[in-house]
Amino acid sequence: MTPPLPLLEARNLTMRFGGVVAVNNIDFTLREVELRCLIGPNGAGKSTFFKMLTGQLTPSTGTIAFRGTPIAGSASHEIARLGIGIKTQVPNVFNGLPVRENIWLAARRRNTPDQTKRLVDEILEKIALTHRADALVGQLSHGQRQWVEIGTVLAGEPDLILLDEPAAGMTDDETARTAEIIRDINRTRALIVVEHDMQFIKMIAKTVTVFHQGQILMEDKIDAVMRDERVRDVYLGKKVAA
Amino acid sequence: MDLALIIALDVVNGAASLVLLCLGLAIIFGMMRVINLAHGEFVMLGAYATVISANAGLNIWIAMLVVAPVFVGVVGIVIERCLIRFLYGRLVDTMLATWGLSLLIVGLVTTLYGNTIKGVPTPLGGFSVGAYKSSYYTLFLAAVALIMLALVYVVMRRTRFGLVARATMQNPGMAATLGVNPSRIYMMSFGIGSAITGLAGGLLAPVSGVVPTMGAAYVAKAFITVVGGGSAILAGTASSSALFGLINQLGSYFTTPVFGEVILFISAIILIRILPQGISERFFKGSL
Amino acid sequence: MIHVPVRTWMSVVLLAAAIAVLIAIPDFVETFTLMQFTLFSAMAVLALSLGFIWGYGGILSFGQTAFFGLGGYAYAVSVLNLGESTEAIAIAIALPAVFAAFLGYFVFYGRISDVYLGVITLTVTLILFNVVNATAGDEYRIGNAALGGFNGMPSVPTFNLPGNPSIVLDPTQGWYATGGALIVVYVLLRLLLRSRFGRVAIAVRENETRASLLGYDPRLIKLGVFVIGGAIAGLGGALYVNWGAFVSPTIFALSLSAEIIIWVTVGGLGTLIGPVVGCFLIQYLDSQIGTQQTFNSNLALGAILIVFVLLLPQGLIPTIRTIASRLVRLRPASGNATESAAKQPVGAAR
Repeated sequence: MTPPLPLLEARNLTMRFGGVVAVNNIDFTLREVELRCLIGPNGAGKSTFFKMLTGQLTPSTGTIAFRGTPIAGSASHEIARLGIGIKTQVPNVFNGLPVRENIWLAARRRNTPDQTKRLVDEILEKIALTHRADALVGQLSHGQRQWVEIGTVLAGEPDLILLDEPAAGMTDDETARTAEIIRDINRTRALIVVEHDMQFIKMIAKTVTVFHQGQILMEDKIDAVMRDERVRDVYLGKKVAA
Repeated sequence: MDLALIIALDVVNGAASLVLLCLGLAIIFGMMRVINLAHGEFVMLGAYATVISANAGLNIWIAMLVVAPVFVGVVGIVIERCLIRFLYGRLVDTMLATWGLSLLIVGLVTTLYGNTIKGVPTPLGGFSVGAYKSSYYTLFLAAVALIMLALVYVVMRRTRFGLVARATMQNPGMAATLGVNPSRIYMMSFGIGSAITGLAGGLLAPVSGVVPTMGAAYVAKAFITVVGGGSAILAGTASSSALFGLINQLGSYFTTPVFGEVILFISAIILIRILPQGISERFFKGSL
Repeated sequence: MIHVPVRTWMSVVLLAAAIAVLIAIPDFVETFTLMQFTLFSAMAVLALSLGFIWGYGGILSFGQTAFFGLGGYAYAVSVLNLGESTEAIAIAIALPAVFAAFLGYFVFYGRISDVYLGVITLTVTLILFNVVNATAGDEYRIGNAALGGFNGMPSVPTFNLPGNPSIVLDPTQGWYATGGALIVVYVLLRLLLRSRFGRVAIAVRENETRASLLGYDPRLIKLGVFVIGGAIAGLGGALYVNWGAFVSPTIFALSLSAEIIIWVTVGGLGTLIGPVVGCFLIQYLDSQIGTQQTFNSNLALGAILIVFVLLLPQGLIPTIRTIASRLVRLRPASGNATESAAKQPVGAAR
């Protein structure tokens, strides 16, 4: 019996910008319905890795397969249609449009008008913005805009969700709520979450991948990672001390 | 053989005219990311300044080489202070406002001087190459184009102003922290770009029909040459002027002048499609 | 969503009012004025085409007259060959649309950015002007139609009753056809903007990256917007040629391209009524200036454009709406995307 195909498989992935190597020959595998956290200092290559997964960057070398389909260098919309959704680090939403319209646009691509309407209401409820549904997104707070973006990602019903610092700039309550939603999503979908907040990661993660200088330093259960000397050196040490 | 020489002269002439026409626009675009759609009208103002002062009895050389650039340079500075400086960083708005400006200038000149004006004769005589005729003025234009390129190079490379200007071009914020006033640099660049454009207008006055709407014929040509050349002011302008000058003249020779222009425009579109960043970005990256 | 029915109801009332005005006008004005209105309406169709692609697609075309002119010439050549205007109008819409599809494919799928799009549309317009201008002489004819170069094509047959070439429309009927076409185009665009395609188009204008991350292809959406704009401009061209029974290369003129941009800027980018209002206002002003000799119309147009860009970049209609909603303390009706689009400043269009 052959083992089941991984959901996502990157091999020998490298991204160079001029002379700078942002991502250096990494291999990365994710199973169906897995939740993985990525940690690492700023500039370690996490966001670049995400941008290659969503087609915003074409890798210099290497391959990426999503359920066996090669996606490296494909257009963003094609990758999105295969079922990868992303919440970027800086909220990337339609600021000039109302909240409801943002969610509607994401939901409508795969659904009939009636289904879309139901899905939009459901998601507005889930992100707790029903009362601001007709407000322009540009007029919302930073945290609320994060929610809107998470809402648009959910509305697209992807099988793999990439979250780049979902809890950044959120209050403790909001952070706890985000963790809850992530665990809820993870019942049916796979996620990759980039975060700096170790408390938050402990709430959601089982397995953690550590990026350092464009390479994968280690990949293990969260407890093992937090005990590791090298990880403490390059990343956690500063955090723990602080 | 004679024919080849004449065609070569035509190509040189075409390229030189393009260099003169585009250099000012390229400086303004390269330095400030402002697309001046009133560029053609600046050319027209230079031509009018020349024709009017020459008809008033001034020496034609002084009218072309001094009056035209000084007048249009001053006009440029006034326009920068009153209009352009409010629109930095708003590319589309600058294009709209300068388009409005171009209409305004055409309207103003028409109101003041009517639809036609008495032209000036072409200075310098002609010479023959076998059965074909050419004029010394063609050679003069080519010489001025070369001198202007050299002058801009020297100013940008060898003077303090050039250094500061290049720094501002690279990173206005950084230049400002070093005590440079970007606003002043922009004003001067716009003035210099305008003056060079005025000079082009003055030099082209004897060999083109001087009417208020003459600018329209130049703006598109200058526009595509600058965009085709890319961000490097000198290398870009020189290379795309040479390329488009060649295409235009050969196209005109083998078909008609009208289709020569059509061929020029079509090749420009293809060039932009192949090299969206312009020639200089591909071949002369990082040069001036 | 209680607002929507109110909005729809108001739209229906406004539409009924517009139709009533359309029908009533011939009883109140002289033939000359009616002809003026017919011209303005033909031009307003052209204004709508740019107002749509620029305001809702974020595509600033400096050469919308390319499609207007192609439509005009396509109508003239077809009607001379077919002897009947209905199919000729269809060709005048289809040909510019096909041309826009080619040009749009070249531009949008070549990842050419905004400034360069302006350069290319401008250049294409110049090419068409030059080519058509050079078609003087008898060798340049298409079937029965001599193109006539810079002299243009005189005596182009005007619209006839559909299917009956012997009954040519009189000026009043011509007004109904032109004004009616304007209303139809306006209503169709309104409906389009409420459809999924229209809403996605606005999303692409707002944030192309996000739209593509949601699985929409921005290139395809922009191409669609551009083609629709080309088709509408083509219809405008046919209406214009019908008005004057004449077409010449000046239909491609850059000055007209500039004027369309002024109409849209003055009326208000990101609205549909704005370009129509701007078009009527500026053309009226233009015709008033034309009747007296002291003041040049270029001067006035240029000054108007500069003043609006500097001081009133939103244009008339959005400004009036803002003032009105402040006065009445009216909540902006519903969460409709077109409302918010009206609040975008000029420079926000990418």
